[in-house]
Amino acid sequence: MKRTITLVLFSTGIALYCLVPFLWFVLTSLKSNAELAAIPPVLIPSFHLDFYRSALHQYGLLHYIVNSAIVAGSATMVTIAIGSLAAYAIARFNLKWTNFYLFLLLAISMFPQIAIAGPVWTMLDRLELLNTYPGLVAAYISLSLPLAIWILTTFFREVPGEIEEAALLDGCSRIQALYKIVLPLAAPGILTAALLVFIHAWNEFFFALIIMTDPNVQTLPVGIALFPGEYTMPWGEIAAASTIATMPLILLTLVFQRGIVRGLSAGAVKG
Amino acid sequence: MKNISFDVADGEFCILLGPSGCGKSTILRLIAGLEAPSGGEIFIGDQRVDLLPPQKRDIAFVFQTYALYPHMTVFENLAFSLRLRGMSSQEIAVKVNDAARLLEIDGLLERLPQMLSGGQRQRVALGRALVRQPKIFLFDEPLSNLDAALRSSMRVELARLHRRLGATVLYVTHDQAEALTLGEKIIVLDRGEIQQIGSASDIYHKPANVMVARFVGSPQMNFFFGEVADGGAALQCRNLRLDLAGLLQNALARLSGQALTLGVRPEDFHVADDDPGWINGDIDLIEDLGSDRFIHVKYGDIDVVARDGREKSSRPGDRIGFNVDAERVHLFLDGKRIEP
Repeated sequence: MKRTITLVLFSTGIALYCLVPFLWFVLTSLKSNAELAAIPPVLIPSFHLDFYRSALHQYGLLHYIVNSAIVAGSATMVTIAIGSLAAYAIARFNLKWTNFYLFLLLAISMFPQIAIAGPVWTMLDRLELLNTYPGLVAAYISLSLPLAIWILTTFFREVPGEIEEAALLDGCSRIQALYKIVLPLAAPGILTAALLVFIHAWNEFFFALIIMTDPNVQTLPVGIALFPGEYTMPWGEIAAASTIATMPLILLTLVFQRGIVRGLSAGAVKG
Repeated sequence: MKNISFDVADGEFCILLGPSGCGKSTILRLIAGLEAPSGGEIFIGDQRVDLLPPQKRDIAFVFQTYALYPHMTVFENLAFSLRLRGMSSQEIAVKVNDAARLLEIDGLLERLPQMLSGGQRQRVALGRALVRQPKIFLFDEPLSNLDAALRSSMRVELARLHRRLGATVLYVTHDQAEALTLGEKIIVLDRGEIQQIGSASDIYHKPANVMVARFVGSPQMNFFFGEVADGGAALQCRNLRLDLAGLLQNALARLSGQALTLGVRPEDFHVADDDPGWINGDIDLIEDLGSDRFIHVKYGDIDVVARDGREKSSRPGDRIGFNVDAERVHLFLDGKRIEP
């Protein structure tokens, strides 16, 4: 009993600590202008929606959301498509270099972004892909592929080889066995990988900032960061936009919660 | 694996028997095309298949782990291969229902594999093989995940099924009871080599070498390793001397001085009631299995096991003697069987 109480207190503490910044901007977004400037600060807002209106209408938030959805959505789809083929090969074929390859992927994913920003920008510039969706999507794919391949490899390894062999003997080709048997069985893993890639692309700021200088194609994080003008600091609108930007991620996570929990814990214990 | 060569006749139930790691599963996987051979040829009928991909070989494989498709119902599991062949749904329904009825799983068709017991899963795996009517069935230790009671009833059922369908079966097992009851032809393997090919009776009564003799039979055959002495009248096993004069009538004279292994199955011993027997010792342990009673005797430093066929039982510590008939004695020279 005592243990349970300690555990509950401890986990609540951690959850609160993580949620404070989020709570802060959610509460801020619901304040009125007067409450925003009040000293001492007002804790409980009066639930004004003014900041949401102005974020949407004056600052063109919807436009950024569309850009973000296009970029994050395409990056996720392409990453998972390429990543699952690569991961399948690593998990299934007895290739000599798979461990080295996985190590290489891990090493690459640890490069600081700032170190590759210059070359990436130059390449996209030469290819005339700056300020285009494909340009940013290409950058995101290269950033998220290593993680996706790692996750998917674990999941494909979880699918017993004999089930796939049974499919081959039943008359499947390799590709048929992959999409009829392996992919449905690895679905929680694919979901997990897709969600992580999507969240990363949705939140990514640095590459979006340097690749997308044209406001027409900018994504949410960049758009919100550029809300402040020369003489203005629209805290309320920033808070409202941040709240809206977070919503899709929370919704996605809630919807796919069960699959993800299964996904993240797979490999730890045999199902 | 080396020098593996054997034929399975049409409609034959052939067993690959051997200890784990002897290469029996590998042979099955090579035939199925799940592994590629480094040399040699594999034929099914008149067609050479070792260069074909698995899906072109028309083989059904029943895995030890069943390998059912977990996301499909029993019906879909059975129908999967037929769908891939582009069969019409009516035809599929007929075939699946026939197989399901034969295996008594027709009440489970809408269930997912995870809702089935081990025995039911095994039947589904069998059904998946049956519906296809393949050229050959490959079984890779299909019963070893079942509990003992289920295993022996499935064993009988498999035998019945085979008799009814007349299918060609290649069956891998390390369980000699399965091998001896099911197999029309048994191939004993060890360390990647064929040790003996023969009927259950051949394998049991005329084991080709010490490995086969040791592997088949439970409890194991008793072995006496020694040197032929006294011009074939005795076998010198370290500090023990087995008298062969009355037993083999000097048949071993030509082998005088050579190392010889003598084997006797536990059930071939009979208790010498009055006189001292051929082998005498103190009872060390009695294994009473109900149907059989096995007596362990310390004969010098050799542990001898014999079946006690008598009504009355002895007690540990009692002195007991055994006799054996000459034709029940197995002789091995350099590990290979010889006839006296």
